[in-house]
Amino acid sequence: MNLTLKVWRQKNATSRGHLTTYRVKEISPDMSFLEMLDVLNERLILDGDDPIAFDHDCREGICGMCGLVINGVPHGEQRATTTCQLHMRHFKDGDTIVIEPWRAAPFPVVKDLVVDRSAFDRIIEAGGYVSVPTGSAPDAHAVPVPKASADTAFDAATCIGCGACVAACPNGSASLFTAAKITHLGLLPQGQPERARRARAMVETADELGFGGCTNIGECTAVCPKGIPLATIARMNADYLGLAATGD
Amino acid sequence: MSTEFYRTGAPIEDGKAPDGVIAERWDNRRFAAKLVNPANKRKLTVIVVGTGLAGGSAAATLAELGYDVKSFCYQDSPRRAHSIAAQGGINAAKNYRGDGDSVHRLFYDTVKGGDFRSRESNVYRLAQVSVEIIDQCVAQGVPFAREYGGLLDTRSFGGAQVSRTFYARGQTGQQLLLGAYQAMARQIQAGKIEMHPRTEMLDLILVDGRARGVVTRDLVTGEVRNHFADAVVLASGGYGNVFFLSTNAKGCNVTAIWRAHRKGALFANPCYTQIHPTCIPVSGDHQSKLTLMSESLRNDGRVWVPLTGGDTRAPADIPEAERDYYLERIYPSFGNLVPRDIASRAAKNVCDEGRGVGPGGLGVYLDFADAIARLGRDAVAAKYGNLFEMYERITGEDPFETPMRIYPAVHYTMGGLWVDYDLQATIPGLFVIGEANFSDHGANRLGASALMQGLADGYFVLPNTIGDYLAAGPFEPLDDAHPEVADAAEAVRTRVAKLLAVNGSRTPDSFHRELGRIMWDYCGMERTDAGLRKAVGLIQALREEFWRDVLVSGESEELNQQLEKAGRIADFFELAELMCIDALHRTESCGGHFRGESQTPDGEALRDDETFSYVAAWEYTGDRPVLHREHLTFEYVKPSQRSYK
Amino acid sequence: MIDRGAATAPVQAPDQGAGRARTERTTATKGSRATTRYRGAVGKKAVMAVTGALMIGFLVLHMIGNLKVFAGRDSFNDYAAWLRTVGEPMLPPSGFLWIQRIGLLVILALHITAAVQLTVQAKRARPVKYHVKRRVQQSYASRTMRWGGVIIAAFVVYHILDLTVGVANPAGTAADPYTRLVADFQRWYLVVAYAVPLLLLGLHLRHGVWSAAQSLGRGGTARERPIKLFATGFAVVLVAGFLLAPVGVLVGVVK
Ligand SMILES: Cc1cc2nc3c(=O)[nH]c(=O)nc-3n(C[C@H](O)[C@H](O)[C@H](O)COP(=O)(O)OP(=O)(O)OC[C@H]3O[C@@H](n4cnc5c(N)ncnc54)[C@H](O)[C@@H]3O)c2cc1C
Ligand code: HEM
Ligand code: HEM
Ligand code: SF4
Ligand code: F3S
Ligand code: FES
Repeated sequence: MNLTLKVWRQKNATSRGHLTTYRVKEISPDMSFLEMLDVLNERLILDGDDPIAFDHDCREGICGMCGLVINGVPHGEQRATTTCQLHMRHFKDGDTIVIEPWRAAPFPVVKDLVVDRSAFDRIIEAGGYVSVPTGSAPDAHAVPVPKASADTAFDAATCIGCGACVAACPNGSASLFTAAKITHLGLLPQGQPERARRARAMVETADELGFGGCTNIGECTAVCPKGIPLATIARMNADYLGLAATGD
Repeated sequence: MSTEFYRTGAPIEDGKAPDGVIAERWDNRRFAAKLVNPANKRKLTVIVVGTGLAGGSAAATLAELGYDVKSFCYQDSPRRAHSIAAQGGINAAKNYRGDGDSVHRLFYDTVKGGDFRSRESNVYRLAQVSVEIIDQCVAQGVPFAREYGGLLDTRSFGGAQVSRTFYARGQTGQQLLLGAYQAMARQIQAGKIEMHPRTEMLDLILVDGRARGVVTRDLVTGEVRNHFADAVVLASGGYGNVFFLSTNAKGCNVTAIWRAHRKGALFANPCYTQIHPTCIPVSGDHQSKLTLMSESLRNDGRVWVPLTGGDTRAPADIPEAERDYYLERIYPSFGNLVPRDIASRAAKNVCDEGRGVGPGGLGVYLDFADAIARLGRDAVAAKYGNLFEMYERITGEDPFETPMRIYPAVHYTMGGLWVDYDLQATIPGLFVIGEANFSDHGANRLGASALMQGLADGYFVLPNTIGDYLAAGPFEPLDDAHPEVADAAEAVRTRVAKLLAVNGSRTPDSFHRELGRIMWDYCGMERTDAGLRKAVGLIQALREEFWRDVLVSGESEELNQQLEKAGRIADFFELAELMCIDALHRTESCGGHFRGESQTPDGEALRDDETFSYVAAWEYTGDRPVLHREHLTFEYVKPSQRSYK
Repeated sequence: MIDRGAATAPVQAPDQGAGRARTERTTATKGSRATTRYRGAVGKKAVMAVTGALMIGFLVLHMIGNLKVFAGRDSFNDYAAWLRTVGEPMLPPSGFLWIQRIGLLVILALHITAAVQLTVQAKRARPVKYHVKRRVQQSYASRTMRWGGVIIAAFVVYHILDLTVGVANPAGTAADPYTRLVADFQRWYLVVAYAVPLLLLGLHLRHGVWSAAQSLGRGGTARERPIKLFATGFAVVLVAGFLLAPVGVLVGVVK
């Protein structure tokens, strides 16, 4: 199939960007979205143009490195799918596709479609861990964890840190990402001693980094490739406010 | 042949390997190792390249011990290292099930699984430490699967006869890596780790023969910079991407260890490559990488191809009598659960016979119809739902309706830099951990053992052994002006400039694809003398063309993904040649290395313990590599021919 | 704010690192627990939720009080008078009303302040807009919270001038409450002037009630649907209850 792409091009963080139109031909429906961009890039190089920079690594939906806003939706319209897993069979011949980078002040554009998401690392560094030195752990069976808690903690722990939640949120809020980690650790017995401190430090760090606040709009969970539920945000709020969370 | 492709040097020995009763060796070594005074640890700096399971766990633990750590990764966050993609699980000899597992059995299985090409002492230590890994990870909050009683669940994996594999749904690597990443985050916050994401190591700095630092390129600004330390740890992962198509992440590369190899570190067993049988087949020329489908699918799926070649009917239209369930036919006792290398080769054989299915005839069916009929659709969905979904996303076909198509793909590289029992390479002060070293797995790795090894190295082994070396430090302070430092940095700048200056007519990817094709055809699942000789010639010619005709767009002082690629490919060329030479010299079949000339009458791999019971450690010379042999002895596990019939 | 290249800049030098600075910040936060909490977006949202809930409480009582118009002129006027005498002699005349007015003003001020601060924070977080932005699942109600709130506030000002003070009322300041009310709603355009903000209020609460539960950590995957259903039901009942009086007047049930 043949497609028209409008791609955000920006030489570096300080220069002004703009949308540039490209036409790509003979795209196979079996290609992934990124493979389609590979094809375009190969052509751009041979034409002496600068290929489009975009982040990616695992190309199987787990590393969280890829992420493009495709026709206005982070990771594209297919639900629970990362950009690298999105395949061209979901597009039609003749379609126009607009491709933009994540937009948020704490995610400055580095080049073209590449943004700097290190703010997420700062949030985890603020407290997204259990302080346990190596080698001092009790036997793994010393503390049983009810299956239900373990499973819910796991659901939250599957966050890949891609940042689509921020990109989608009209407030540019990192709440879903932050809440996913707070929920993961807060539900396990191992995470209890630091639970209150963790929530406070992580939430405040997110604010300081310039993310917006959550007004419970729910776009984040809709685009989240791992379907992290809004319940995690409720749990984060409860932990932050020092209230006992209810529900799962 | 020796003179044609390589030379033979003096044999080497693992000087740090303790002797005595195997179960006490690790204790003995730890006791014999020198300790570093706590006050001195603050004055010592360690560089850790890589933030995967191995590098992440090592950096966190070293920082905790008090060393100053500098960490590097090429991704935008340490959390994205390729370990994140591991699906199946991690082995540990916990024997929580009481099904007869023990440290000794894990040791035994690993030595046997490695086809008797690994060191007994190392493997025993790995099995011992495995137990502590699970404790450590659980304490960090890694959400392993649990049973209703709240205790950890385990499963049997990769044909093991005991249930020793701990898992976190199909995302074990992710959860373990996040555990290590969080431990790192804690140390970054505490100011003990200086993290450098989007920074690639491009050379090793040697001063007076010791590893004293790395030269890096900042992938955003292009700045080439020196970083100094008292010891350097490489944890840069595997090099399966030399095949272009593999299950590895796109950025996986050999650069870090290859640069160290060029500076004198021996490279061991480069040819041992694990080909995983259950991957989604290539769908066209555009294919950029291959996706693994967890091995656990073979527990319930049945593998088959049409009985006769050229059968293009839809799978549902092929009657039972005209199907060949070839694994069940050839290996009646293990059936669909034969080890990876056997399943992979069998698939290749039926496809070579022209009986493969799907585009290009490179695929076999993995059929769940029986399982669905037997267990019900819901039960199958509960077990494999996420994998089916992943398959559906990629292929657009629903495995509930039509059989999956699978084909083998390059997955893991057992080879890597040679290290001694302390995980130190032949360059003093250079330590290598995780998939980047060659240790522990011999000629073939068992499922769920790579995660175990990475974490064993990083959390428990290296932090103990590196002290023995560092006790002699701190070493003299260095600066950019030091002649050996300046030379290293200059070499990096020159190389970057050279890549950009070629300005030819072919893209880096086109070279990489072609190189991968050569490797897959001649150094892939089956290797022959003639094929390997041909491959060496082809690789040399292609490499020469690369340096004459590659077109790297852009400049060096910016984010330039083509430049990154080109640099990695340049190193892959050199590695590829060494892999072929290693494969050529090893005229036996063992583990992940199958030589067409060395098989039993019924087509199974035939080892030659008499001649090849050694680690092949190669020295870089710039011309023909020099082979150093480290002989292997087996006191506890008697080498035997594997049989899965 | 993060500047360019932060991803590659060394996170910190080991001795004067940002990591250290951050640790200090989190351990050395000054001020009482409540004020520290309020600094974060989550704290602001909690304030909005609590103030919102209090305002909802007022509206429920107000709505029920309004239904007295159906009991006749005297009953309604008595009720209005009672509001001014309740609590006497413990409270001065209209004491209760003034307490309520001050209370509501403070509550509204807090609610609006937090709303404005959150809006500013959100605008700063997304300085560059998308060229194309598609909504995936956000509701109309959730998107109209800010403008809806402003319109509701404007309405309240008008409403007080109309029915409490009387200057904006067709019947004027001298008329009794019942007369003013009837004077209003005999005019269809004033019914519309009330109905529109009321519908917006309904939307505000449809999202607000669920949102408040979420903000206070009362959400949960299993509860999301029930709470949302309740919120919708509640908003419908409240708006309908308020609309009874104007519609009653318009169709002539109340004269
Ligand atoms: C799809 C898949 C599934 C797997 N499933 C399993 C499983 O179920 N069980 C199991 O035991 N094993 C599994 N494995 C194998 C296992 O995941 C890997 O062997 C293991 O994770 C390697 O860890 P590592 O820490 O050595 O390296 P990696 O995780 O690969 O990390 C390498 C690190 O080095 C950095 N790096 C690399 N080069 C440079 C450079 N030049 N400069 C700076 N930094 C650099 C990278 O940024 C990265 O941080 C699987 C592998 C794959 C591909
Ligand atoms: C000037 C007037 C008002 C403004 C500007 C305003 C604005 C807002 C905003 C921006 C929100 C947050 C949006 C969200 O949660 O998605 C909100 C929430 C809310 N508002 Fe209002 N509002 C106003 C008046 C009112 C009134 C009169 C009521 C009560 C009846 C009310 C009840 C609520 C409730 C219950 C919430 C939910 C709180 C939460 O999400 O935590 N608001 N309002
Ligand atoms: C049709 C709907 C409504 C009717 C008929 C109505 C009627 C009245 C009347 C008659 C009064 C004057 C009472 C008195 O002075 O004794 C009043 C006061 C008031 N109403 Fe309403 N009202 C309606 C809707 C609303 C709404 C939607 C709000 C808020 C969002 C609101 C907020 C107030 C306030 C704040 C006062 C002032 C109370 C005081 O004097 O302190 N009303 N209303
Ligand atoms: S919560 Fe979802 S969208 Fe946000 S970073 Fe995690 S995986 Fe991505
Ligand atoms: S979209 Fe934004 S407002 Fe909250 S619920 Fe999600 S973070
Ligand atoms: S590239 Fe790893 S998630 Fe898309």
